[in-house]
Amino acid sequence: MTGPDCNHCAGLSRSRFLHRAAAEAGRGLPAIEPGMPLPAGTGLSRRSFLAHGLGAALAVYGASRLGIRAFEEGIASAATSPAQPVLVSVFLEGGADGLSVLSPQGDPLYQQLRPQLALAGGTALREDGRLFWHPAAGGLAQLYTENKVTVMPAIGYTHADQSHFTSRHYWEVGATDANLRTGWLGRYLDRIGTPDNPLQGLSLDDTLAPALATAKLPVASIAGADQYDFGSSRVWGQVEERMLEAFGLLGAPRSDPGLRSVGMVARQADRLRHQLLPFQSGSDGKPAFTIPVPYPQSDDPFPKRLAGLAAMLGAGLPLHAVALSAPGEYDTHSAQAGALASGLQLTSDSLLAFQRDLEARGIADRVLVHVWSEFGRRAKENGSAGTDHGAAGVGFLVGTRVAGTMVGEFPGLASGLDEDGNLKATADFRGIYAALLEQWLGTDAAGLIPGAASFARPTLIR
Amino acid sequence: MARFPGRPITSSRVAGIAVYRGKFGAEQAERLLWRAGFGPRPGEAQKLARLGVEGAVHHLVAPPREKLVGHEPRDDKGHPLAPFDAWGHDHVWWLDRMVRTSRPLVERMALVWHDWFATSNSGVDSQRLMLGQNQLFREHGLGSFHDLFGRVTTDPAMLLWLNGSDNSKYSPNENYAREMMELFTLGADRGYREADVRQQARALTGFRNDWRNGVGPTNFRYDPRYHDTASKTIFGHTGSYTWKDSVRLCVSHPDHASFFVTKLWSYFIATPPDHATRSALERLYVRGRHEVRPVVAAVLSHPDLYTGPRMIKSPVLYNAGLLRRIGRGIGSTAWVWLDAMAGQQLFYPPNVAGWDDTRWLDTATWRGRWWIAQYVVGPYALDPGKASQPDDAHRLLDRALAFWRHPTLGPETMTALLAFARNALADARGTAWKQRQYSVMVQNALRHLIAVSPELQAA
Repeated sequence: MTGPDCNHCAGLSRSRFLHRAAAEAGRGLPAIEPGMPLPAGTGLSRRSFLAHGLGAALAVYGASRLGIRAFEEGIASAATSPAQPVLVSVFLEGGADGLSVLSPQGDPLYQQLRPQLALAGGTALREDGRLFWHPAAGGLAQLYTENKVTVMPAIGYTHADQSHFTSRHYWEVGATDANLRTGWLGRYLDRIGTPDNPLQGLSLDDTLAPALATAKLPVASIAGADQYDFGSSRVWGQVEERMLEAFGLLGAPRSDPGLRSVGMVARQADRLRHQLLPFQSGSDGKPAFTIPVPYPQSDDPFPKRLAGLAAMLGAGLPLHAVALSAPGEYDTHSAQAGALASGLQLTSDSLLAFQRDLEARGIADRVLVHVWSEFGRRAKENGSAGTDHGAAGVGFLVGTRVAGTMVGEFPGLASGLDEDGNLKATADFRGIYAALLEQWLGTDAAGLIPGAASFARPTLIR
Repeated sequence: MARFPGRPITSSRVAGIAVYRGKFGAEQAERLLWRAGFGPRPGEAQKLARLGVEGAVHHLVAPPREKLVGHEPRDDKGHPLAPFDAWGHDHVWWLDRMVRTSRPLVERMALVWHDWFATSNSGVDSQRLMLGQNQLFREHGLGSFHDLFGRVTTDPAMLLWLNGSDNSKYSPNENYAREMMELFTLGADRGYREADVRQQARALTGFRNDWRNGVGPTNFRYDPRYHDTASKTIFGHTGSYTWKDSVRLCVSHPDHASFFVTKLWSYFIATPPDHATRSALERLYVRGRHEVRPVVAAVLSHPDLYTGPRMIKSPVLYNAGLLRRIGRGIGSTAWVWLDAMAGQQLFYPPNVAGWDDTRWLDTATWRGRWWIAQYVVGPYALDPGKASQPDDAHRLLDRALAFWRHPTLGPETMTALLAFARNALADARGTAWKQRQYSVMVQNALRHLIAVSPELQAA
């Protein structure tokens, strides 16, 4: 039956289109009323100059005493901690099918459980000949051959919750606790961050990633490095600078909690605007930073966001934890094959480009990428050429510093399934978090991951 | 939709549910209009205040026939909208209803149900089917929840979104079965188990649709041949259940009423109800045979709505409210991407759990609101080369407040706005052309800054 397939494909391309619309929106789209000027860059002058100590030519918009001072502040703040490690969290939303990303073609039960969806071909993992890289995951497979990928073939937790929202929440907060309100990386930032640097926790998305939710310190969310411009029609020059200064002042503390939270975000937006001034595009629409390696061409913002991230890291901006969502549709209840392949391809190719970019900039040793999903999918396919919610799934760590040794083994389909037919976890995500905090971010997991002492820490960093 | 007959529906007759007895002036009426609608049009809050709290709530929950006020919506070229066909026209079509309706609560409830039964066109891929579901919410949103839930369960957009028409006795698909309990009626891990998910999926089998080139999904129907007729055990009850039983079992589940009233309350009031209020609302709901209207009336009359903290406006509420405030209609489709930037594109909730009302604001969505405000005031911006404005901070601020029909701003905001105006005017001192032009630019900027002030983003 071709129905659901075509239907699904159309849905996917539509969502791409929407993504593109949003991306264009971020640059400030055409005037909506006759005679209205473009919002982006209105009345702003562009100035380029050499950033001291970085040797990088950067462009600043709306350059003024204020702009340059704020810019220098950002550089100064960055220069105080040049060797700070950075963790980038990439979320495959919807519950990615681990048994397709790394298909157990060498397992005798695989064909039987997946009569329609079984994959064939691809390259086998050197660490486990039963498992094969999905053909669309060639980028990750390449990095794996270079010892830059740690594979987690059955990551999760016991008694996995099969709700998207509950399970994702557990992963975001770093505990199987429905009531925890801060993210695991947010608590890390609360410990090591500063009150004047929203960039320390950066969500490259339309909204803030819950993993970055802090209790006290500011964090930021932007659609892209070059997409944080503000302006107003028929307001320019000195008046515009005064106006943009004023929106931070609107954030003065208040007693009503609703007003207070609007004010707090206004202050954070104000601070972030200053930090990102050097990255705003000019009226030509071209990004104000250089991209040293080719990224995949796509309407989805993911590759551009990674390119902008590499540029921000290269410029020494004080980023510590970054979160973004991978492109693609992973909640594949029906017509799984096509949907999974296209999202996985773009994700994997973009991560390869990002790694090459970091290497070209000489900062690859500072950055580690963690790829995760809220759960895997059921071993037995359903009747809609898809798979329903499962338990353990697949995860990866990517970077030049990863140990590259498989964490947890693939448990096999004969004895590795629970009573519901879902893959059992052979590594706990909280143990991974604890190990990342201690071995990569250099801080004690106790106090950040509830019950940290009870989780085994694999060696993740070489 | 049937008119609601009889006496005013207020909660004063319901034991255990308090009714607001404090001052009900324009300020309280304005808050009610924000919570139960999309904010006041010029003069509307004053008019509503004269009805008193009970009369005002009655006017909202049982309104007369709808009148759309103002001119028909247009796209950027001045053409009528094509909401079934043109990209983004679905969003602005509904935004227009929010701006022009005389029955704000009916549209607001449609928005509540769109979030509650969150269906995204990213999975449905048919604006026609999405608007069909939207009309269902508009027509049945204040009636029986049992009835509404049944209609949603068999709604074509929902059948596509959560794979209801993929679910057959030959190959059960659990997608709808899980969410109907977790998100729609009971809450995560409240009164059901994984086994109930699987059994519900079997009870829900039988829906089908075809797919035709050029038409898309079509011919939605119930085909008994695909229904699993064998016995199922759900919540400990056993029978050869169908989708109607699935719906009934959820609504009559002992954990449903508490889920329903708590979730419904959260759309209108920032702080949760106290225990006694919640219990009384549950009684009202169950004894009222799951009618939505009396529960909404009780929530809208409750003192917590008038005395509690402000709520952050959602992006479309913020957008529609700014347009209503100055009496401007829809003449552009730019609101689609602007509202998306701020985190809320209608018909595209982020997932089946809907939008996260606790996280509307962050640095990215704040910028989206900045640009919404800019696109609202932009067309009215005065030309600094031609217009003339007073060279005085206070008088400029008075005029900018008049543009917005005199909203009440707190002293913190007034101080910040005046400081901005004074500093900008001081920059111009001594240069004649600057003095002329800066006061006009300050007027333009003040209008924009007022619109992004905390007082206009939370109500």
